Amino acid sequence: MNAQPDSRGTDRAEFVSFVAGGQGYCIEVARVREIRRWSTVTTLPHAPRYFLGVMNLRGAVIPIIDLALRLGLSATTPTPRHVVLIVAAGERTVGLLVDSVAQILKVPRDALRGVPLLPSDTSLLINGMIAHEGAALRILDTDAVAPILSEVAA
Amino acid sequence: MSNDLRAIFFTESEDLIVAMGDGLGIMSEGATDPDTVNAVFRAVHSIKGSAGAFGLSDIVSFAHSFETVLDAIRSDRLAPDADVLHLLQRAGDVLADLLEAARDDRPEVPEALPAILDMLEEIGSANDDSVGDDFVFEAVGLGFFDAAPAPAGSVFEIAFRPGPSFFINGHEPANLFAALAELGELTATCDVTGLPPLAEIDPDGSYLAWTLRLATEATADQVGEVFAFVEGLCDLDITLPAEAPAAVAPEPEPPEEAPAGDPALPSPEPQAAPAAAVQAAAPPPAREAPRPTLRVELDRVDRLINSVGELIINQAVIAQKIAEANLPRSSGLSSHVEDLTFLARDIQEGVMRIRAQPLKPLFQRMARVVREAAEGTGKQVDFITEGEDTEVDRTVIEGLGDPLMHMLRNAVDHGIETPTDREANGKPPKGRLVLSASHASGNVRIVIRDDGAGLNRPRIKETAVRKGLVSPDATLTEAEIDSLLFLPGFSTAASVTSLSGRGVGMDVVRSAVTALGGRIAISSRLGEGTIFSIALPLTLAVLDGLIVSVADQLMVIPVSTILETVRPAPSDFLEVGPGHRVLAMGERHVPLLDVASLLDLGPALGPADAVVVLVRTGEDGQAALTVKGIVDKRQVVIKSLRHSVGAVAGASAATILGDGKVALILDPDALVAISARRPSPSLDHQGSDHERAA
Amino acid sequence: MISVLAIDDSRTIRELLRQALEGAGMEVTTADDGALGVSAFREARFDAVITDINMPNLDGFGVIEAIRRGSDNRRVPILVLTTETGPSLRARAREAGATGWLTKPFDQAGLIQTIRRVAGVALA
Repeated sequence: MNAQPDSRGTDRAEFVSFVAGGQGYCIEVARVREIRRWSTVTTLPHAPRYFLGVMNLRGAVIPIIDLALRLGLSATTPTPRHVVLIVAAGERTVGLLVDSVAQILKVPRDALRGVPLLPSDTSLLINGMIAHEGAALRILDTDAVAPILSEVAA
Repeated sequence: MSNDLRAIFFTESEDLIVAMGDGLGIMSEGATDPDTVNAVFRAVHSIKGSAGAFGLSDIVSFAHSFETVLDAIRSDRLAPDADVLHLLQRAGDVLADLLEAARDDRPEVPEALPAILDMLEEIGSANDDSVGDDFVFEAVGLGFFDAAPAPAGSVFEIAFRPGPSFFINGHEPANLFAALAELGELTATCDVTGLPPLAEIDPDGSYLAWTLRLATEATADQVGEVFAFVEGLCDLDITLPAEAPAAVAPEPEPPEEAPAGDPALPSPEPQAAPAAAVQAAAPPPAREAPRPTLRVELDRVDRLINSVGELIINQAVIAQKIAEANLPRSSGLSSHVEDLTFLARDIQEGVMRIRAQPLKPLFQRMARVVREAAEGTGKQVDFITEGEDTEVDRTVIEGLGDPLMHMLRNAVDHGIETPTDREANGKPPKGRLVLSASHASGNVRIVIRDDGAGLNRPRIKETAVRKGLVSPDATLTEAEIDSLLFLPGFSTAASVTSLSGRGVGMDVVRSAVTALGGRIAISSRLGEGTIFSIALPLTLAVLDGLIVSVADQLMVIPVSTILETVRPAPSDFLEVGPGHRVLAMGERHVPLLDVASLLDLGPALGPADAVVVLVRTGEDGQAALTVKGIVDKRQVVIKSLRHSVGAVAGASAATILGDGKVALILDPDALVAISARRPSPSLDHQGSDHERAA
Repeated sequence: MISVLAIDDSRTIRELLRQALEGAGMEVTTADDGALGVSAFREARFDAVITDINMPNLDGFGVIEAIRRGSDNRRVPILVLTTETGPSLRARAREAGATGWLTKPFDQAGLIQTIRRVAGVALA
């Protein structure tokens, strides 16, 4: 299933909501390129634990991140039923392993809330919150979620 | 001013700077023939001419002083000695800097500018030819009259008689009258009394005169301005009825003798002489006719290259599936697939060649780097470039700049000794630094050679030990000590000099080279000098690779690094320290590197399970890589990971195999570096990292 | 429509001239060196010529001379493009046969006005 970016900037914003590490999050529809089922990745040596590896997306090599682990929750054990969200992160394309994708929400802009208090490093990854059906969905900032690896002395 | 135009200007200026640099280089070698000096003059003059359109007045005024000196040289008024030539080089550098700053929108003024500008102006005015030409942008008042402006609303009386050269120069009285009529009310009376009988009329002669009356609110200057171009080509009297006619400043003698027929081109001045000389002389010798070229946007070429890369991958997948499908031979499909493979490779090489550019501009910039480094350290250096016409892919040129700069600065700073030291050692006071490029067996080889002091190995080893990069009792060959320089965090400079000590170590140079798919090696002789040699693949995007299995994934070892594959006996595997093994190969012992465990992907393989691939490391070192098995040998398309992922330990890039999976391309030198840093292998990793791949 | 031939070895200047002149509804042909400029001149009819002075191969004065010595359209208005404004330049240009001059940097309005002035009425 593919998410279509919403090109009308009106008083409504569109988000894809999903579950990662058992918690609810969402991402602006415009940033989501594709949604795929999990398939094996090539592991990268000496990479951080949340960095699962790289995958071939129609000829492009893109990094795949375990989002739950990245957000400080426990590691995901991927199965073919898990989902990878292919998102735009700055100028790059990155894949995020999540538990499942829920739905597309159209939310009036005044329903968006500010950034909640979270453990310091992960709060950088959250842009805001939506209140939806009694639950709070954290809005993920995809730009920060997959940092570029630098040469680290092993 | 549109961005397009700015882009054109800066691109053109870059080319002009290269041409200027070329010319200055030739001039510094002592050849100051008119053609060369002219070429430099024209380059600077051109830059001056266009820069004004973009409001870059700093550049315009600097270029003006620069070109004044060049003009003096080309007109033989100034003989350029070594000092002047040196000044010209430095002026060229300042001009290049000014352009760069303008292009990047930076307001900085190059430090050297005021001093150099002063020197240029001094020389320029000492050899000046022109008689007080003012260099101003505003139109100068024409001075037909006294300065006092006429009261508004006057009537001018104008007596106008054009001479023959008025018409020869393409002027038309009616045009002048139309311009005057724009200023007010004009009446014109023509005096035809000078007209000879029809049969005697000379078509190039001039026989008519006019009296004009102009009632206008315009000032006398504005009226005079209409005649700006025709000064000296006609008799002109402009009066205000209130003034005495004598107040008018008469024009210099109108040309009265007009030779019948062709207009003569007067050539008393030096300026016109070159024009005639240029026409009379044969076309400049020894300058090749430029081959026709095409300007193409880089975007388009990059997209084309990407598509071709995808095409190759796709074709590899098809080839594999067809092989797996086990079709009957009679289908003939496999020979078609083979053709497809060749065609795809052909297209790829053709496309890669489009992006190839000569190294010359890069080498020219390096000449400047060396010049400045030598000046800054008080060393004397003869900088020689070879093979600057060698062509390489554009990305290589972009990626080579910084590493070359660093290595050359190093060579001047640490390699080449001071003139006094050199003489004390029986060497000529001037050091010799050579930068050369050549093609050899599918590679580009770039070599930096100096005849300086060579590497101080004891000091290198000592620093490495101090930094914990190597154990104190390790015995290392000379080559291994040299390679220590490439370890991250290594720097032998006792003090951070302003030149090479910006914390940029040889490890950064090495990773820049590896990122380009190449290898770098050092060799050195104490007291004699040091050689850095870089080998880069010619076609960047494609690599001959050996597909091997490591832990649960496939990886690629570049065939260019492979010496041989071996299946040694278990007894050839020897432990020499905790977690460090070597392979006994005849007389030699070669370090054994287990890829899986070095990269934290799996446990180290025992002798019974390991397949050994012997690879080249450093300049002439070797290592034995142990892998689970060898799968295949094939051409793979290199996919850089730099932008999408970043730096990957032990790998230079990645590729996509026929089955669609990503495989890392190993870098043996990087594996050696990881091994050198490890006191013991990853015995404590309990395989928890292996759950990641499903 | 006024048809202009612009000769200059600088691509930047050619583009500037082209944009300025076409913007004023003139038809522009450009040449990047003097010799090409002279050939281009002989192939079509131009109402005005603008030429740089300093060019390799054949410079501005050479261009002017070639045009003035030719038989076709030798009285065409020719403007030289120059960075100098001193009187000696003007005198040299005039002696060489130039109709007038344009200084760099030029502004579009001044450029158009000058061309119209030297080429203008001839078109009526």
